[in-house]
This record gives sequence, structure tokens and C-alpha cells, in this order.
Amino acid sequence: MKRDIILAGVGGQGLLALAAVLGQAARGLGLHLKQAEVHGMAQRGGVVQSHVRFSDRPVHSDLVREGTADLVLSLEPMEALRYLPYLRPDGALVSDTRPVRNIPEYPDIDRIVAELRTVSPHRLVDAAALAEQAGSPQASNLVVLGAGLPFLGLPVEALEDAIRAVFAGRAESVIASNLRGFALGAEWTKAAS
Amino acid sequence: MATQLLLGDEALAQGAIDAGLSAAYAYPGTPSTEITEHILRSPEARAGELICRWTTNEKTALEAALGASYAGKRAMASMKHVGLNVAADPFVNAAISGAHGGLLVNVADDPSMHSSQNEQDSRLYADLALVPCFEPSDQKEAYAVPARAFELSETYRIPVLVRLTTRLAHSRATVDVGGRRPQNPLSRPDQPERFILLPAIAKRSYERLVSLQPDFVRESEASPFNRLSKDGDRALGIVACGIAHNYLLEVTDGVPRHPVLKVGQYPLPLRDVEWLVEHCGRILVLEEGYPYVEAKLRGLPPRSIPAIHGRLTSDVPRTGELSPDAVAKAIGLGALARRATSSVPAPRPPALCPGCPHADTCKALAEVLVPRRDSARVFSDIGCYTLGALPPHGVINTCVEMGASITMAHGASEAGLRPAVALIGDSTFAHSGMTGLLDCVNAKADVTVIIVDNLTVAMTGGQRSAAENRLVSICRGLGVDETHIRVIEPHPRNHKENVAVLDEEIRYAGTSVIIAQRECIQTAKRSARRGAQGGQE
Repeated sequence: MKRDIILAGVGGQGLLALAAVLGQAARGLGLHLKQAEVHGMAQRGGVVQSHVRFSDRPVHSDLVREGTADLVLSLEPMEALRYLPYLRPDGALVSDTRPVRNIPEYPDIDRIVAELRTVSPHRLVDAAALAEQAGSPQASNLVVLGAGLPFLGLPVEALEDAIRAVFAGRAESVIASNLRGFALGAEWTKAAS
Repeated sequence: MATQLLLGDEALAQGAIDAGLSAAYAYPGTPSTEITEHILRSPEARAGELICRWTTNEKTALEAALGASYAGKRAMASMKHVGLNVAADPFVNAAISGAHGGLLVNVADDPSMHSSQNEQDSRLYADLALVPCFEPSDQKEAYAVPARAFELSETYRIPVLVRLTTRLAHSRATVDVGGRRPQNPLSRPDQPERFILLPAIAKRSYERLVSLQPDFVRESEASPFNRLSKDGDRALGIVACGIAHNYLLEVTDGVPRHPVLKVGQYPLPLRDVEWLVEHCGRILVLEEGYPYVEAKLRGLPPRSIPAIHGRLTSDVPRTGELSPDAVAKAIGLGALARRATSSVPAPRPPALCPGCPHADTCKALAEVLVPRRDSARVFSDIGCYTLGALPPHGVINTCVEMGASITMAHGASEAGLRPAVALIGDSTFAHSGMTGLLDCVNAKADVTVIIVDNLTVAMTGGQRSAAENRLVSICRGLGVDETHIRVIEPHPRNHKENVAVLDEEIRYAGTSVIIAQRECIQTAKRSARRGAQGGQE
């Protein structure tokens, strides 16, 4: 069992929380794990990315090789497109479709989506709408994680436990809406497949 | 033993705590910051069993650590690579005076300049100071290094450098931790006069340091962090330093086809290097940063047998960090099929946060400079406000290194380039802006210094700023005319008044300081949240 995952997004979207959830879940299952992330200037509305690798065999590199990722999971469509070269030919793409337009010349969103649709399999989800249903717009990141469930190689219970562990200490309502967001994303992806 | 999920930075910190650390000093800087944050969060630091502090700059951090070492304690200073430039004086001279309690200097290099202005390689500093250097290849080694490095430091009474690079510093893996060596008792150094670096004493100490070099090589040859595998096809021999060794294992499924010398401790283990050179047709050097080992192996021409390959021969890219793909290419593996890079995505540079006080200062400054556009220059510094270089602000003209705003403005003004404005943050001002301001005062230089005071070290995550709430009295103490020390609150509602204050002080033909003070919105949010949760972290 082995998964190499590229997480992508924009500073402030809660990407590193997803990295922590995946890491926690993999660790809970006794898997080998490496999880690299870019900090620093990237926090300020810039690009944020993380390489998450887990396997039942030792993981050597902290970085994923181009053309080998099993999954690109992105919280923003243009960022998803940026990291597609990491994907293996039959790797999966899961992305939020809502653009974060914090730059002056954001490209044509239709072109972005059209390119994303060339990846098979893909799941392009309007996470904000589902997060709203989950009770918190801030749960969008967990919706996208839920939408990626079929490609994560981790049992749903392990991920739910990891969500509880990573957000332990936050208000009970935050944990609940995150778990609901994750479940709604997972339901959506089942219906979409 | 317990298993923890730790960043490379955190593993190093935990390794030091478990090796009997008594004192840790640091100035924050990406990618080194998490070393010290981990120690600050530790039960030991919270219980006051060990000292852990952010200091004014890297030089004061290293000197404080040297003082703790003088007192017999195991101590360390941590910083990013360019911080070692600031601390170079104590680093090189501590190698002469020697250490007493174990002394580690932890430096995180940033090849590819993810958040830095250069990609200098700290191994060259270890060379310059003639001291050993450790370069762990993974988080487990990062945890194991401090115990051995402290021991080496105490055995030979020298400071030891520990080098990390970004990817290890900021990547997590599980590490088995446990076992705790007690801290050293307080004690005085043997031969205490060696800390008095008068020429007569320094000469003797330097002779001693030079005479230790063969011992350091022997230590490297016996080190568990250096390993020679003689298996495989000897047409090629590979030297893989630090994290490069992981990339090599990654692209060869854990079984390289050629002999490999893994390097994690310097100076180079000569015996193993000699074996490789004698038995292999070609040598490939894989290392993060500069072609440091490669240049040593190559020496000067003739470039005879065996041929040395690496960054200098473009087998590995000359600049930028290593990657498994670069390593695969260097050992002759074909590229994997991959999607072409899309031309659609636009760059997404970082930006000042919505509501950031720096944005209001930049806006006011831009307005004041409109009629002076052709003559005025804004010399800026290292911090979030450097983003004032980017649209929509476009208000700063320079950013070179910590403190270079006030001093460059001073020189440019005296050369005739006026108005000369310096834009510097509160923490950077404390770090190395104060001395430059004293120069301006002494020279009666026509410089307008704007200290953007957000009451924290914001860019590295909100550490305490060394001169918090004392900027006015510091400027007064340095001799700035009281009537030209102005405090403003950068906020949209004050825009007009702030423009007027900036205008007045830029008109003034002496040294003036404007302190633009409003708390960083990130730390303000965080403290509001903490308040709501009853003071819990």
C-alpha cells in the first residue's frame, strides 16, 4: 500500500490542516509517513503546497517525483492546474472549483476547468455550497478531502478519527461542522462517480 | 521510547533536549524558526528547567549560547543561513576560544530561496571556522545528531555546526524519541585564559584548532552518519550528502546500483572518499546547496581520472535545491512520463493580508512620494513590508539584508540622493537598525526613517519583538531630536493626517523617525481567539 499525494491551495484556505489530518490518519494505521510543506512567505495569500506520502514500506524522499503522484487534491482550481505535472498518467484529480482571485490577472476560469477536465479520473466540486450545508463556510477544505475519499487509500473511520484529533481543543461545533463537511464531500463524490 | 510526528526542525530540537540541553537562543527565520518554537512548547522550557529565548539577533543568540557553554552547560543557537552572516564573528571566534559545555550552532539553509534572498551554503562556514559540521539526511538523524554533536563539542572543546536544508526542516516524519541525559552542572572552563583572545593566546588556540583537524577527520570516519557501501557497479561511485541520500534511495527503490558514500558529518571521511576515488571510474556528487564536496574532490585541474561530476559539470543543476527528479537524471535514469506544464496558471505571489497596517503605511507613503517621484528613494528591509515592492503598492526600491534600509538611506542621502526614506520593521530595527540610526544622528544625515511597528515578528509567525513598546525611548536615546520622533497609527481613518506627518518629516533636512504603530492583524486575531478560549494555547 502506498499513496503519494500533492496538496495545493492558497494561504489561509486550511491546506496544512488537511496535511495534518492525512498524516494523523496514516500514522494511526501504523504506516510510514513523510509530509513536506512550504511555509514562510507562502502564508500570505500566496501558493501553499504539501507533499504527503504514506506507505507500508519505508518512505525515503520527502518530495514526490513528477509523474508519480496518485492524487492531486487542491482547494483552488488554478492551483490544481499548476501541480498536474506531478500526477501519474492514471492519477486522480480532486479540486474545489471556486477560484481565489487575489491576483490582478486571474486567467479565464473556463479554460482552467476545461484543462482540469482532461484528467481522468477527476472530481471538481463546488465545496463552498456543501460547506454551507455543513454549517460552516470554513469547512470547505474538509469537503474537498471528503470528495477525495475514493482516492486516499485510507478507511473513512481513520480519517474521521484524525479530524477529531487534529481539531481537538477547538469548539465542539467546529469539529462537528468539519466532520459534516467531510461526510457531505464523500457523499457527493459517491453520487458523482 | 515513544513515537512522535516531527518536522526536521522539531526532531533536532527534541534531540537536543534529550541530549541534556540547558539553553537555547535564536532569532526567528524561515526555515529555522520551528527549532526554537518546539523547545518553547516543551514541558522542560515551560517548567523553567531549561532556558529558551528569542534574542535581538543571531549574533546575540550565539554569544549568549557561548556564555552558557562557558558556564559548562550544553547550549545552542539557531538561525537561518543568512543569520549566520550576522553571527559570523562569534561563530568563527568561538572556534578559537573553544567551547566548554557542548555548543551547537544550528543553521537552516534555504536552497531555491523559498523565503530568502540567497542560497548560501553553511557548510562553507564550518570550513572557514575549521569546525565539524553535521548534515542529517532525515528526521531520525536530525533527532540523533545533537547527542553526538554535543559529545564531539565537549571532547574537543569546539563549537559544532548543524546544517539543515528547507525540505528536511519543513518535512514531518515519525521519529522514535526517548531517554534523557541529565543537564551538565555549572562549571568553569579548563584553561580559562583561552577565552581571552589576545593575540598571544589566540595564536596558541589557533594552533590547537589546526592540530585537531586530523581528529575531526577520524571522527567523521567513525561516524554513524557517514556510511560507505561498496556494492554494485564500480563504473560510477556516488557521494550523497544529507537529504540527497534519501532522493537517491527514492529513485533506486532503496538499492542504488553503484557504490555510495553517504555523508552526514564533515570534514569528509577521507578514508572512504579515497576508496571511492580509487575504485570507481567516475564520481558523481549529489549535494544540496553549493558544489562544496564536488569542488573539494575536484581540486584544481588537471581534471584527471576519475572524473568528478556534479553541479560544476551541470550533471546536477548548478542552482536551486535538489529533487528526486534531478537525482534520477544525474544517475542516468530516464525521465518519467508526465503531463506538460500548463501555460494557463498565473503566478500567485504572497501579499500583505487584508487589513494589514503596513498596507496603510505604504499607501500614505506612496501618496507623499507622488510629487517627488523622480528624486525620492525608499530603502527598505527584510519583513512583511518588503511586499510593498509588489502591486498595488510598488513603493519600495531596495531590500538587501537585515538593517540595510537605514544605512543605505544614510549613504544615498550623503551622496546627494534625496529624499532618502528608510522603511524598516520593529523587529528588524532592534535586530540591526539601531546602530545605523546612530550613524545618521551623528552625521546629521537627511534621512526619514519609518519604523513600521506591528508589535511582533510577523513574517515568521508572530514571535515577540525585542524592542516592543520601547521604540520612542530608543530613538530618543540614540539622539534623534524629540520633535522629529512622530508616532502615527496606520489606519484608513487616519490616512490624511498620516500623509501630512510623512510630508513634514520628509521636508525636514535632518534625521527624523516616524513610528507607524498598529498591531499585526494576524497576532491580533490570534490573541482575540485565545482570549475567547480563556487563555489556552
